[in-house]
Amino acid sequence: MEEREGDVRWDGLCSRDAAARAAALEHLGQAVLRRGGAAAAPRVLARLLLLAKRCPFRDVREKSEAILSGVQELGIRIPRPLGHGPSRFIPEKETIQVGNEDAMMHTLFAESFATLGRLDNVTLVMVFHPQYLESFLKTQHYLLQMDGPLPLHYRHYIGIMAAARHQCSYLVNLHVNDFLHVGGDPKWLNGLENAPQKLQNLGELNKMLAHRPWLITKEHIEQLLKTEENSWSLAELIHAVVLLTHYHSLASFTFGCGISPEIDCEGGHTFRPPSVSNYCICDMTNGYHGVDDIHASPTTTESVCEVEALMEKMKQLQECRDEEEASQEEMATRFEREKRESMFVCSSEDEESAPTRDVSRHFEDTSYGYKDFSRHGMHVPTFRAQDYSWEDHGYSLVNRLYPDVGQLLDEKFHIAYNLTYNTMAMHKDVDTSMLRRAIWNYIHCMFGIRYDDYDYGEINQLLDRSFKVYIKTVVCTPEKTTKRMYDSFWRQFEHSEKGQTTLSPLPLLTTPSAPQVHVNLLLVEARMQAELLYALRAITRYMT
Amino acid sequence: MPPAVPPGSEPASRRGVPASRPAMEKMSRSGAALGGAALSGRTMFCHLDAPANAISVCRDAAQVVVAGRNIFKIYGIEEEQFVEKLNLRVGRKPSLNFSCADVVWHQMDENLLATAATNGVVVTWNLGKPSRNKQDQLFTEHKRTVNKVCFHPTEVYMLLSGSQDGYMKCFDLRKKDSVSTFSGQSESVRDVQFSIRDYFTFAATFENGNVQLWDIRRPDRYERMFTAHNGPVFCCDWHPEDRGWLATGGRDKMVKVWDMNTTRAKEIYCVQTIASVARVKWRPECKHHIATCSMMVDHNIYVWDVRRPFIPSAMFEEHKDVTTGIVWRHLHDPYFLLSGSKDSTLYQHIFKDASQPIDRANPEGLCYSLYGDLAFAAKESLISSDSNRKPYIGDRRHPIFFKRKLDPTEQFEYISSSSALSVFETDVESGSMDWFVHTAKQYALAGRPLAELCDHNAKVAKGLDRNQVAQTWTMLRIIYSSLGTVSSANLNHSMGKGSAALPLMNSFNLKDIPSGLGSESRLDRSKGESRTENILLDSSSTLINNEDNEETEGSDVPADYLLGDVEADEDDLYMMDHENPHAEEQEYSLPQEAFPLRHEIVDNPSALDHLQDKADSPHVSGNEAETVSLTPVESFSLISISHSLYENRLPSDFFNPIVRDTLLFYAEQGDVQTAVSVLIVLGDRIRKEIDEQTQEHWYTSYIDLLQRFQLWNISNEVIKLSTCRAINCLNQASTTLHINCSNCKRPMSNRGWICDRCRQCASMCAVCHHVVKGLFVWCQGCSHGGHLQHIMKWLETSSHCPAGCGHLCEYT
Repeated sequence: MEEREGDVRWDGLCSRDAAARAAALEHLGQAVLRRGGAAAAPRVLARLLLLAKRCPFRDVREKSEAILSGVQELGIRIPRPLGHGPSRFIPEKETIQVGNEDAMMHTLFAESFATLGRLDNVTLVMVFHPQYLESFLKTQHYLLQMDGPLPLHYRHYIGIMAAARHQCSYLVNLHVNDFLHVGGDPKWLNGLENAPQKLQNLGELNKMLAHRPWLITKEHIEQLLKTEENSWSLAELIHAVVLLTHYHSLASFTFGCGISPEIDCEGGHTFRPPSVSNYCICDMTNGYHGVDDIHASPTTTESVCEVEALMEKMKQLQECRDEEEASQEEMATRFEREKRESMFVCSSEDEESAPTRDVSRHFEDTSYGYKDFSRHGMHVPTFRAQDYSWEDHGYSLVNRLYPDVGQLLDEKFHIAYNLTYNTMAMHKDVDTSMLRRAIWNYIHCMFGIRYDDYDYGEINQLLDRSFKVYIKTVVCTPEKTTKRMYDSFWRQFEHSEKGQTTLSPLPLLTTPSAPQVHVNLLLVEARMQAELLYALRAITRYMT
Repeated sequence: MPPAVPPGSEPASRRGVPASRPAMEKMSRSGAALGGAALSGRTMFCHLDAPANAISVCRDAAQVVVAGRNIFKIYGIEEEQFVEKLNLRVGRKPSLNFSCADVVWHQMDENLLATAATNGVVVTWNLGKPSRNKQDQLFTEHKRTVNKVCFHPTEVYMLLSGSQDGYMKCFDLRKKDSVSTFSGQSESVRDVQFSIRDYFTFAATFENGNVQLWDIRRPDRYERMFTAHNGPVFCCDWHPEDRGWLATGGRDKMVKVWDMNTTRAKEIYCVQTIASVARVKWRPECKHHIATCSMMVDHNIYVWDVRRPFIPSAMFEEHKDVTTGIVWRHLHDPYFLLSGSKDSTLYQHIFKDASQPIDRANPEGLCYSLYGDLAFAAKESLISSDSNRKPYIGDRRHPIFFKRKLDPTEQFEYISSSSALSVFETDVESGSMDWFVHTAKQYALAGRPLAELCDHNAKVAKGLDRNQVAQTWTMLRIIYSSLGTVSSANLNHSMGKGSAALPLMNSFNLKDIPSGLGSESRLDRSKGESRTENILLDSSSTLINNEDNEETEGSDVPADYLLGDVEADEDDLYMMDHENPHAEEQEYSLPQEAFPLRHEIVDNPSALDHLQDKADSPHVSGNEAETVSLTPVESFSLISISHSLYENRLPSDFFNPIVRDTLLFYAEQGDVQTAVSVLIVLGDRIRKEIDEQTQEHWYTSYIDLLQRFQLWNISNEVIKLSTCRAINCLNQASTTLHINCSNCKRPMSNRGWICDRCRQCASMCAVCHHVVKGLFVWCQGCSHGGHLQHIMKWLETSSHCPAGCGHLCEYT
């Protein structure tokens, strides 16, 4: 099968030059259909299906479709996509359909397709916020493909390690392909113990970063840098840390938005005719335990009230902040209380989900998960944001050791944090900064990072319990996210906007899922920054 | 009982400082030793209980306040030590109001202090209060952390604050609320400073890199704004004497001095430091000196002379963690600097104890040119000191002296910066490297069977009168190629040729070789002398140069082919690059610039895979086996003479140690070219014999040499053919080329050739208005360009841009 696949060449399809694509397609079509479709291995067909559905170029989509039907005429069973669009949580009809995107999105799609050779589901979901997506793709491209201290296959392998910590089979699959594509040794994929010692050493840091970053000390850094052989250089370590945090938080996004498997990956397509059953393998492999839509849908009036109430609260907070003079002790205890409470905010469905064998081999020590602060009597001093901040300290360190990345990350954080359309449900011209800050600080609070100038009482006012549960799950144990959690927060936004779909002139804002995705972007970036801050602080301490 | 010093009760001697200023200035000019007459003390420090965030001094220069997250204390500065005078953190419960980001002591009133708290509160303190708690007023108007507070230099009751929430507020201490609020329309304010001379002006710096100037009377709009840094501007400081100068420091590691007198702020000095700049403070009484400390990684305090931005004029290295606050102890004394740090210490630095990097710096420079010329620059004093010696023996040109006149206004510790430059030329014959260039261009390294490669290279070496190298190639052919590929005629031919050199070969022993080589190279140097100018031309003309060589060397590449139409085919581009006509048929074409934007990751191509490897069927004579006991060198000559060589068999790696020694020998002689060429040609046959590091070393040296001679194509070929990992990835780094669109002159963000702003093809030839596919040259000034040929022709007649944009194009 491998040999026959050798006939089929995929390069050239990514070209921006229509003529080059046409030639490549022609060649592709011939290669597949030649010899009675002998070259039509299932993987080739799956890839064709992916192209037919998810290529930003119309000509490629159409031609791939044509080739597939050509194959079908030859009597070979062709695959069909499983699942329902790029995300399981977002109804397919709400996502941007490839082919219907506007000019800016098309540029981004083409960019993504040209550099990655595919248009993945993450991109299709993130495109709700094109401004962010652009920065995200730029950063990711730089981390994975541009100049950097680590060799290319190491980068993908580290991505796999990080994603595997959260049992994110979607990202693992994606990067296993990339890893092999850049010439990585397939043996490494059998488990971390088969990888070079140098990467194995990174396992410990990976584990801590993912679950308990506050435990990272300069001794950990020293261990990585000072081992006689297989030691890391500082620049390599920074690169690795950025990659690890990037993929941890991307795993959060993947689960938080319920990203479906890629069409050409395992679980993304089926060769079975549609009538057989509606059973979805992918839900099982990804650790989703059944998709239940049983939440009682609130009446519209009720939900409108919720939005109104939230806005009212924000207004109140804004006004009374000057008058109400909370004592200093009060402020301090509020943070502690929020921190403590965040521990008890737990998803009710705390059942242990055994990771699929496929993914679990990439990491050892499955028992090591997010443990709340000081639950076991360990007292961890609070991380003061004013003493070590991304803007002042983290940026300088990263940019010093891995040039340009500091800048890219800085942009990405800024865009995510400042992203706003000044709307809230059907209300226009709303300053949402308060809400965004509450979410951001709540996440940092879960990691023990405290802002002196923030009144943590605001969090309690603005974020209700179901939302907190969702945030906490996505950030700390993303693999446990369920559609029910996703649906249960901010119902009001979704539902109240549904009625408006046809009224608003801006297509982007009518998309009911945009706010949810927006929240996820905030979660992703806040988590990434929190992890980075801990890791970078340890590195700084090591250096001084 | 307040331990604070009440106003007016301080010793008169300390207050006398400003009065005796003119006298002191004179003294300070006359020498550092007398400078401390007014203030005295020594370098000293004391432990604080917690990291400091900021420090500030009292006007009387006898007290300093240290503030941090967990500390807020006043220390008295005495002759020998710091003495704790007062702890302002009172009360049982720690309050965030005490968690200070900044502190400032009023320069008019010894009893007045202000702090900026991390929770957004501005607090004023009155030391004159009788109670233990000196807290005076509390302003809770800022929503975010306050980064900076600043008192008006002459107005007692005016306080300014700048906060993370993007606002600056001006407080009148007699009122409960702020008098006016200034909105920077930006994220956060990092620093605010009242101008020392302009009563109403203050400067504010922002996280987005801007600096704004405000008039205190006009809170609605800033007077002026400019972008000072890339990234946050952490600090600024007005020059104490020069009215218009503002120094700023930013995350981009720069300290910039701006002249604000003109309508547009003009950058007049710029100092590049090694880490982001956290604080800047002009040094009193020294117009051009400025002290800086950094926010990350670097713990030292530097004092720069802004006119000499490359080396700090003084350096204090005492701290073990980043320095967070620096302040000159007295307004008019340049010798005492106080600093607080994250390592929980407070230091007093004395200037005479500072380390001066300039003393340790080596003000000498030495550089070899390509042709063996040597330039040497050194401090004049060093050279003149031994003037009785005559060091300029080989000097052909006049030594050039650069002298800088000493600035009479310079006050002290000025280190002479005059230096002398001498250039030593080597004589033309011995210095010429023509043989190197010719050999590099003509050698064939891959793409043909081993025997042919060796033959070809032997011929090249022979043609340049390098007989020994020619012999080596011939022998390699004999060792590693089987009889079948070597026609006897060919063999005889080469043997016959070689025989001329034979006497030399037979007689040499290891010691003779250097002289042998020397004479040889001298010969071809004199021959190739006329070429020198060609080589000096830049890369654009190497094409022509190549062609020239091809012709003279009788290569089979038609000359006009090389100058053929560039437009014809993209591949032509690469064919021209190759000196050797055979190479381009093979897999070595360079990646085409426009398309593989990702790194093209190739497994190390083992260059000679496609060649027939005859290693398993060698033919070596029986008597050879005996000669092995002789010295390797002698055995060479025997091999080359012996004709019975081909009748017997011996594994070819039998000779590997000898070949290895040969290569090591050549490399030792400095002829790394031969070593690398043989290494590439033989590929796997010899690779394992020589350790990776040596190989890598050879490759880098050779590539370096090639690049110095601007033989870019050849160096790239060598990189491509090398089997070392480290070398191989050299041409996979930095493969991005940033270009501008020739229509809209903006950077092309898009890949490919269409500019996504103006939707036009960006690579039009400005002369013939056709799309250029192939060699495109463009002017970096105006982004216009076109076919190499057309542009060259155009520039013969005109120096303006052919596009008519009026730019005087420069092509290098």
